Amino acid sequence: MEPLTIHGLHDKLVKGELSAVELTKKFLAHKDAVEPRIQAFLSDNRQFALEAAAAVDKKISAGENIADLAGIPGAIKDNICIKGQQATCASKMLEHFKSPYNAAIIDKLMAADYVSLGKTNMDEFAMGSSTENSAFQITHNPWHADYVPGGSSGGSAAAVAANECVWALGSDTGGSIRQPAAYCGVVGIKPTYGLVSRYGLIAFASSLDQIGSFTHDVEDCAIVLNTITGHDVKDSTSIPQEPKDYKKSLVNDVMGMKIGIPKEFFGEGLDEACRKSLEEAMETYKQLGAEIVSVSMPHIKYGIAAYYIIAPAEASSNLARYDGVGFGLRVEGKDIVDMYQKTRSQGFGPEVRRRILLGTYVLSSGYYDAYYLRAMKVRTLIKQDYDEALKQCDILLTPTAPDTAFKIGQNDDNPLAMYLGDVCTVTLNLAGLPGISIPCGYKNGLPVGMQLIGKALDEETLLRAAYTFEQHRTDLRRPSPMGEVEL
Amino acid sequence: MKISAEEIKKIALLSRLEIKEDQIDSTGKQLNDILSYMDLISQVDITDVQPTAHAVSMRNVMRDDVPRPSLPNDKALQNAPEPENGYFKVPKVIQD
Amino acid sequence: MKYESVIGLEVHVELKTKTKIFCGCSTEFGAEPNTHVCPICLGLPGVLPVLNKEVLHFAIKAGLALHCDILPFSKFDRKNYYYPDLPKNFQTSQFDLPICKGGYVDIEVNGEARRIHLTRIHMEEDAGKLVHSGATIDTSDSTCVDYNRTGVPLLEIVGEPELRSGEEARAYLEKLRAVLQYLGVSDCRLEEGSMRCDANISVRPVGSTTLGTKTEIKNINSFSGVQKGIEYEAVRQAQILDEGGTIQQATRGWEEAKGITVLQRIKEGDSDYRYFPEPDLIPIEVAPAYIEEVRGELPEMPDARRKRFMEELGLPEYDANLLTLEKQTADYFEAVVRDGADAKTASNWMLGEFAKKLNEEGLRADQAPVQPDRLAELLGLIAKGTISGKIAKTVLPEMWSSGKTAAAVVKEKGLVQITDTGALEEIVKKIIAANPQSVADYRAGKKKAIGFLVGQIMKETKGRANPGAVNELLTKNLQ
Repeated sequence: MEPLTIHGLHDKLVKGELSAVELTKKFLAHKDAVEPRIQAFLSDNRQFALEAAAAVDKKISAGENIADLAGIPGAIKDNICIKGQQATCASKMLEHFKSPYNAAIIDKLMAADYVSLGKTNMDEFAMGSSTENSAFQITHNPWHADYVPGGSSGGSAAAVAANECVWALGSDTGGSIRQPAAYCGVVGIKPTYGLVSRYGLIAFASSLDQIGSFTHDVEDCAIVLNTITGHDVKDSTSIPQEPKDYKKSLVNDVMGMKIGIPKEFFGEGLDEACRKSLEEAMETYKQLGAEIVSVSMPHIKYGIAAYYIIAPAEASSNLARYDGVGFGLRVEGKDIVDMYQKTRSQGFGPEVRRRILLGTYVLSSGYYDAYYLRAMKVRTLIKQDYDEALKQCDILLTPTAPDTAFKIGQNDDNPLAMYLGDVCTVTLNLAGLPGISIPCGYKNGLPVGMQLIGKALDEETLLRAAYTFEQHRTDLRRPSPMGEVEL
Repeated sequence: MKISAEEIKKIALLSRLEIKEDQIDSTGKQLNDILSYMDLISQVDITDVQPTAHAVSMRNVMRDDVPRPSLPNDKALQNAPEPENGYFKVPKVIQD
Repeated sequence: MKYESVIGLEVHVELKTKTKIFCGCSTEFGAEPNTHVCPICLGLPGVLPVLNKEVLHFAIKAGLALHCDILPFSKFDRKNYYYPDLPKNFQTSQFDLPICKGGYVDIEVNGEARRIHLTRIHMEEDAGKLVHSGATIDTSDSTCVDYNRTGVPLLEIVGEPELRSGEEARAYLEKLRAVLQYLGVSDCRLEEGSMRCDANISVRPVGSTTLGTKTEIKNINSFSGVQKGIEYEAVRQAQILDEGGTIQQATRGWEEAKGITVLQRIKEGDSDYRYFPEPDLIPIEVAPAYIEEVRGELPEMPDARRKRFMEELGLPEYDANLLTLEKQTADYFEAVVRDGADAKTASNWMLGEFAKKLNEEGLRADQAPVQPDRLAELLGLIAKGTISGKIAKTVLPEMWSSGKTAAAVVKEKGLVQITDTGALEEIVKKIIAANPQSVADYRAGKKKAIGFLVGQIMKETKGRANPGAVNELLTKNLQ
């Protein structure tokens, strides 16, 4: 048994082997069965899902063409705005907020007749690497309930891994798609900054945030990318370019491809079992005719420090709007300043408050130059490191995280330890480059992730390398820990 | 200590976050641990390095001066904690 | 001790674009509260700004007209502070790389020409409006917020502290207004808030080169207020210093009705705005070719027009100055002249009776119910001798309120001048006969007595008598 995929189910829908409504119902039933153990969802959208599925069935019976994604059950991270729906960011601050508008990608998904079963759990305002910072619930890793699913898009990753849906969207500011994808054993992509519109994605750190997807395989990843990418005039940082068909990148061949191994990602902190899986992956590529080259990126070691200055700085400003005036939570106070302080102290959880304080500090007068300005310059150096490395090769191969998923509660009182776990992922966001995490092994029953990093806007090469690996390493395919959906 | 109790109070006020006396020590310790780690970047030679604020190197993204529909008043106030006569109502504003 | 003032103005003007700076909401003034708002200007979660092209266009236009350097590379920054009129609790503004640097404004006060330099001009978004439920901000227990104005584009024009008096400050502000109105980039209405002025002022002993402690005057919403507020503050500060006191660095509000400034808040160092580059907006690069294109669009500026009025139309400098102060006035004046009126007569009327009517009703020249061609016609009737200037002064208000032409009013009211010497001579003889004493006085050499007789004739004719003809006839009959 293998997980049901978008491309597989699309064929069945088109051939009339099952209806979209039936498909949705099957997934809803499976979701109802496993959700109490996983707790991936923050909202249940079954009525909308069934209506949307029925509309797809109508199109099929009318002989109309349907999009690849049409009628296939998915899920959306709860920091993406859908008109009339909640967008809580897993925060008490936005518990009762309803968006009056659609994110740009939701318009694109609607044009593709998407079906979403609900909004997924996350670390509050996407700040965290375990989804434990949700104000509402803890999401469990489908491979082992005592472990975190990763974060901040842990709900989306776990939902796909547990077959609660076929695909899900997340957002990635410093690894929030790739790391949970690795922890949950699914494919997660963070596209090039600017490839997917951020309009309607509730901002954490604007210069780093990017929407991406979780899927069971690389082909599905290409299908979701085809649906959500493209220039958007509402996002000034959206890159104008012709739409691409990423399915064309699904080529099972890496002959002659140059794959760089930046040694800085394989230092002391890397778990030995993970290292072994990654070395096996390199061996696979070598056997398939790719050239493995060693590269050096001297500034990678400053990545965490630079990231945890820049991201909180932007966040401290982005989150200033949650003040109890126009929307969201208000806690009454004796005057406006008191109201602001009570609202923000009670509405935000400890990690969000910590990052706001940190971000305010690094921007404040007297510290701006030593922290924020310096971090922006280090960002330049990290970007240059990537430019140099990617001049010498087509893609880079690294671990997605230094280890497999950790236990729930393990990093509770140690925010710094949690931050350090993001060492493999944050620098891509600083450089704006695309990265994909795909499973490359298992350690004690928990998945190990491999990260492939590409040149800006060269998702094609990433997909091709990932696809080829996936086609050859059939040994990595395992039955879903939560069982498959029976059609 | 990189950050003093006074500074914590100052940045808490700048961030409009309440900070109780008994939280100052623990908050201070966490921030100090993190900031001590951040000192790593003081080692980097940044001579002649330009700062990067954006991951993309685009310029001049603008729109035409063409009106688009606004939200009707009720929709604008749909999420307001305290709407009143078409306004957003807030507690007394003290000049700061 | 004798003191001199050091004054610098920070002027905000709202740009006359159709839409806001970062979203497509209308910038129109006076709509129902919170109806010109959208997710973007309300700062709802997830929204992103996109710069309105016209804002950059207007900023460059203003910069060129004010002789600034247009920066080839410019960017937006966030200015972070909490206030309920700011939905995002940061204002998107420009910090270290504004669109314009340098530049100057030439002013002339009491015959002395001075060049006041500009520090910079930058683009930013306006904030919303707070409406207080109580009588004053201090007595109300709650505040209502209207975000219609949020995101209306502003230019902030920062002048160097080179002004030395309230009069100069006023002249500077009037000149700025004229330039921006001529460009068509802003209405510059102080009363409506589309032009706002904060004045920084300090005083120091004459001859001293160190700067005194400054205060900032806010809430100034008239040109006379700018002048009076600064004059008041200069005297207040000088008095404190003379009494051995020290000036407190503070923001003070101008109270127009009382003619005083009052303490608003004490500044303890500058606020920590934590400026940083706006990550949601892309930097701006202005190509030299675009700058030249905009330069080509610049209309005739106030100074050039003033010069032309003097050289081509022969107006005295005083008239030319006043007529070019506001673009609408100058446009109206030129239209009157184009429609055949004599320039000096038109100027006298524009600055006299016409200005009086405008002031009475709080209108600008372009809002006057009497169109330029109608005024030209009225002046034409005087020139032709159909009516006297004095009669014309009664015709204008009639035209103003009824919308009728000058000819129609004159005809209806029978105001045509009596130039028929036969008819006039009869009246002259009658008045001479009725006023023997005046006649005797005149004949005795008191030539002034003729004035009384003229007055009597005008009274008899209800002012319609041609004054020239009356004088001639009287002189003849008194011989």
